[in-house]
Formats: sequence, C-alpha cells, structure tokens
Amino acid sequence: MDNLNAVIVGVGGQGTLLASRVLGRVALNLKKDVKVSEVHGMSQRGGSVTTYVRIGEKVYSPVVEQRSADYILAFEELEALRAAPYLKENGEIIVNTQKIAPLSVTTGAQEYPKTLETLKENADVTAIDALTLARQAGNERAVNTVLLGAFAKKLEIDEDIWREAIRECVPEKYLKANEKAFDLGYAS
Amino acid sequence: MELMLGNEAVARGAWEAGATVATAYPGTPSTEIIENAALLSEFYTEWSPNEKVALEVAIGASMAGARALCCMKHVGVNVAADPLFSAAYMGINGGLVLVCADDPGIHSSQNEQDSRYYAKSAHIPMLEPSDSAECLEFTKRAFEISEKYGAPVMVRLVTRVAHARGVTKTGKREKRALKTYRKEIDKFIMMTGFARKRHVFVEEREKRLVKDLKDLGLNRAEYADGAKIGVICSGSAYNYVKEALPNVSTLKLGVAHPLDKNMIKEFAENVETLYIVEELEPFIEEAVLAMGVKASGKDKTGVQGELFAGKIAELFDGKPDPGVWETPGIPARPPVLCAGCPHRAVFYVLSRLRFIVFGDIGCYTLGALDPLNAMDSEICMGASIGMAAGFEKARGAETAKRSVAVIGDSTFVHSGVTGLINVVYNKANTTVIILDNSTTGMTGHQPNPTTGETIRGEKTVQLNIERLCEAIGVPSVHVIDPFEIHDLESMIREETKKDGPSVIITRRPCALIDKNKKENAFAIDKEKCVVCGACVRIGCPAITREKDSVTIDAAQCVGCGLCAKICARSAISEVV
Repeated sequence: MDNLNAVIVGVGGQGTLLASRVLGRVALNLKKDVKVSEVHGMSQRGGSVTTYVRIGEKVYSPVVEQRSADYILAFEELEALRAAPYLKENGEIIVNTQKIAPLSVTTGAQEYPKTLETLKENADVTAIDALTLARQAGNERAVNTVLLGAFAKKLEIDEDIWREAIRECVPEKYLKANEKAFDLGYAS
Repeated sequence: MELMLGNEAVARGAWEAGATVATAYPGTPSTEIIENAALLSEFYTEWSPNEKVALEVAIGASMAGARALCCMKHVGVNVAADPLFSAAYMGINGGLVLVCADDPGIHSSQNEQDSRYYAKSAHIPMLEPSDSAECLEFTKRAFEISEKYGAPVMVRLVTRVAHARGVTKTGKREKRALKTYRKEIDKFIMMTGFARKRHVFVEEREKRLVKDLKDLGLNRAEYADGAKIGVICSGSAYNYVKEALPNVSTLKLGVAHPLDKNMIKEFAENVETLYIVEELEPFIEEAVLAMGVKASGKDKTGVQGELFAGKIAELFDGKPDPGVWETPGIPARPPVLCAGCPHRAVFYVLSRLRFIVFGDIGCYTLGALDPLNAMDSEICMGASIGMAAGFEKARGAETAKRSVAVIGDSTFVHSGVTGLINVVYNKANTTVIILDNSTTGMTGHQPNPTTGETIRGEKTVQLNIERLCEAIGVPSVHVIDPFEIHDLESMIREETKKDGPSVIITRRPCALIDKNKKENAFAIDKEKCVVCGACVRIGCPAITREKDSVTIDAAQCVGCGLCAKICARSAISEVV
C-alpha cells in the first residue's frame, strides 16, 4: 500500500472515531505520513459522522474529497449511500448491513431508501453483518473492529501491524472482545 | 512520533514550554485542548464559567510570573475581547498564549467569523499552524515570542487543524521557575495616564516584532522550479494549496499578524502571477493590495465556508471539480435530542402551548427542529433572557404571558445571570426556564459551577441556581422534574400568567451521563394503540411510525417513560 484515502462513516455513537484512530495508528507503525480528520461536538447526538484517513509519503490535507476515496468503510447502510459520492472509480465500499432510521423516517415523514441495491448497482460492495459478528465476539459495540478486520483483509498490510494498532488504541478491558471481533471480520 | 489531534498537540506544546496554568470554557472545536492539558499533572487547569473569566485567570497567572494558556472557540473571543484588548496594552510577565479555534464551514457554531482581525486590531501577534506538528511547535514558539516582546500571543486554529490528527514529534518539558513579580502600577493598571503610555509601548512593540519577523522563521517561501504562479496562504489553506497546485510557488505565512510585508514583496517580485488563497475574510489580500502589489484570490474563492483542494484546483487551475457531495432525496440525519433527553419534555410542552421561545446555545437548541419545532431565536451564549425582555418591552407586557426564555445550566452561569438581573432590575415579566441537566452537554459533558465538580473530578462548592435566582430578586422560583410533564405544563401556564419575572428550573440529569444505568424499556400495546401519532411528535429516536403501527425500539429506549405519560389511550407501558 503506497497511498490510501479512506472515508469512515456512521451514526454518532457507533465508534467511527476509534476505527479511524486504529487505521491512523497502522499507518504510523508503517512509518508512513498520515492525517486523520475527526468530527467532534454534536457527534454523540445521533447525527451523521464522517471521518477521513489519508495515508501516503507526504500528506498535507486531512480531508478526503469527492471522487477520491479508495475505500468507504460504512457502519450503517444509509450513511454508506450518503458517502458514495466520495468514492473514486474502482473504489470499494465495505458496509455493515445495519439500518438505523433517521428521525425523518421514524416519524413517517420520509422512507428509508433502497440502500444496498443502489450501492451494488454502482460500486464494488462488500456487505457484512458486523453487528451479529460483534455480538459473537462478546461486545456489540465492537462493530468497528469487525469492519476493520474485513478492511484489513483487503489491504496488503501485515496482520500483526493491525493487531498492534488495536492494542494501542483499545482500552484493556475491551481488548479481548475487539481482538476477537477483528478476527471474525478478517475471516468474513 | 505520535499521531496527535491538533488540540492535543497544543496542550503538549504548552506543557513542553513549561506552562503551568491552563484555562478555558468549552467550545467546539477547541474543547480538547484543556481536556488534554488536564491529563498532564504539571498543569493547573480549570473550566472557567466563561471565556472572559478564563482569560482573566490566565492574565493573573501571567502577571504572577507563570506561563499561562487560555483556550476558546472563535465566538468565545468576543466574550473575552474586553480583557484581551487591554491585556495587549499591559503586556505580560510570564508568557501568555490565547488559542482560539475558528470554525470555517460552521460545523458546530453560530457563525464563521474570522479571528485574525482580533490580533490586528488588538496589536498582538498571531500564529497560524497548519497541522498537529505545527500546533505543538507554534504553541511553544508563541510562549517564547510572548516573553521576548512582552505581548499576549494568539494562536489561531481552524476545525480542520484542531480536529485533525497528524504525525507529531514530541519533546521534553522545559523546566521554568516562576518569574519575579514586582508591583508596577504603570504597567498593570490601565488608568488613563498609564494606558496612554502603554499604547505607545504597544506600537513600538509591534515595530520591533515586524523587524524580527524573518528571523523568527515561521513564514516560509517555497519556490517550485520554473513556476510562474505564486500563492500566499496560511493555516488550513496551505494544505489544500499544496495538494491542488503542486507546481506553484507558495509563501506560507505562519504569522498572520503582523504580516511580513518585506517577505510578501520579495515573493511577489519573484512570481509573475500572485494569488492569495485564504478561508473566510480577505485578511491577507487586503493588506497585500494596500501595499500596491497586484494580487487576487477572493474574487474567485468568496468568503464563505471551507475551500478544499478540489475547489482550489478548479478555481486556479481550471481542473473541473467533480462536484459537491450531495445525494439528493436521501433522508438527512441531523443530530437529535437523545432518547431519554430531559429537554424533550420541556420542548414538547412549549410546542403544545405555541409560545414564543427565546432559545440559547446548547444541545437544547435541537428543540428548534422538527417535530418539536419549539424555538424562535438563538444567537449567542446567554442571549435568550435579554432578548425575551426586549421583545416584551417592544410589544408590551402581555407578550410575556405567552413567551419564555430557555437556557441551559452552564449557559446560564456563562452569561445568562446578567440577563436575569436585568429582567428584575428593569421590571420585565419574563419567565425563564433553566434546563438543568447537571452538565455542559453539547461539548461532551464538562462539569460546571452547578455540578459541584472541577475539571479533574474533585468535589467543590455546588452553585445553587434557585438560591442565586432568589438573591437576584426573582419573586417566583420553582424546581421541577421535567418528566412530570403535566405538572410542568401547569407550572409554565401559571408562571407566565403572573406579573413579574419567574424562573422554572427543570432539573433532571442528561441521559448520557450514566449510559450504563438502564431502566426497563417501554413498549406499545397494539390492541390499545390507535396510531394517533402523539408519541411520534415528541421526536424520540427510539419511536418509529410504520404504516399501521408505532413501535418502540427496545435497544434504544432508555425507559424514561415520557411517551407513556402523553399517551391518551394508556397504550404504552414499561416492559417488566
């Protein structure tokens, strides 16, 4: 892997920040330059959350721009669709097959759109039931590490470097479940 | 090497510079600076009640001979501007650095004002880092410059610098003794005679600094081979320019004020076409044009929002921008009041009453959105109370009988108190609802004077809001649990009817304070439910309306029971 533009999207509270930190840490351990753009503030309030990770020999901007993402890592289907314009030609989407209805849908004002079908028509999509795998791993909040496992399999980076990054970023008491979640994602 | 958040790098830079005092009021995107400083035991850190106090504490610490750091978001500088402008005259004893985080693109603010004008008009130096590594380095340099020239120094971040992680090299902490404090009334007291002399000092100080700018090494010309185009840029814009226009020469300005006009002139002479690429206001461009140098930029970029590489490549290099990130027709997902949020009950009642609601800054501003739609105004911290009084003074006392001001506990302490004193003093009839959720919610649950804890979780005296309101002279002060929704509605009706001011404190902790404390979820009895939609209208993310039914998502429900209380058919009950 020489350069990588990744967009990580989800709903506030799903753990996108941790995923972007682990990926950033992987880059650091590979002695690459890396920038991670995070979203703080209102992110806990259930809104759309977008973080960017850019890896290369020299990275200036922390922002992944439209049509320039190699990968989109989506924690929720609607957010995957919303992020699709970031994807560059031949880019890939890894999506957790979970639907979280926004308020306009729960109140009946709008319908939850067709997501997976639309995405698959337009891009290379890997769909994973990460919530089920996270539960298998013993912590349903480990959806993020399941997705990182699936992502790791696609990138040509030594698995041990990922494991090291997870150990560096995940608090001790959640580590075991997250390591298991990573394995399940990698094997999926 | 560390992968550090810009804000974390600022805290680390201050720590390495030997600073011992760090103060702030939370505000996105600046909050994490002090949160990171609080993890370093050498710092005294505090959440001050507002930015003005935060800066005053830092000024006092500087006067005492310590290096002091003060942090706030851009609009916070408006609050702190009073001490700032006179501290610029006074100068410093220990180094004094004010970090302010601007928010181009308005990710989490009420405007996108450009703080660079503060430095220019207060005549204090301002540094502008582009990434985390520079956040650390520039903060250290800011302390050095502060002490060398006797000036408070501002460091300006923007969201994409404050909230970006980058590879950062850390160093050791410099051991510093406190500087000696000597009484110098002609320096520390801004009486007219003294202030006039200090103003002369300010002008001379700036001249000295201008002379030394090149030697500071914070501005940097990068000439590209054979390039005819040159771009002057700073901060985040530098990052985008380097990506968008790799073949142009750049002049990166690490010092936003004072500008190094000699360096700008030299750079302009070395390029054929000169562009200035900066986010927000034409701060650099105006100065360059005033020098008589031919340049442009703002005619293309405008003054709004963030720039990004794609847009710059299109505007200055003719490369088509692939377009904006819009996915039309997809339901938006704005932030919402959480399941179990105590504010929901208040806004539900206010929307039923169809009152005019003067709002304030906090999570509860979300009460303005559908389906609650229960707010008429929100401009800045503390404004709700003053505006409610002004509205009444213009339209007559009867108006106060169908309007209220709503303000959070932290915002009330920040700058709502003075508004309430005004209400009493100037005989307005305002009813103020203080939404006391026992935390500063929106910025990530910081303690404040009403919570009885300091930034490091130590116990302290808890400000008693009701006694404060009584002391101000409010004749009618009540405390109520907002989830006693029927009593709350009666209370709001009664208090607004009364002549004279009233305060209703709706007290219930934020639903996120203890996420592990989960009550039994509620469920809807399909037999009893007539799908009237009343529970849907409280805007709870756990409640979903489907075609012929309404359901509660047990995983999201925190068991607050508000929906059950408003269901006329008693169709909602706790799952035991």
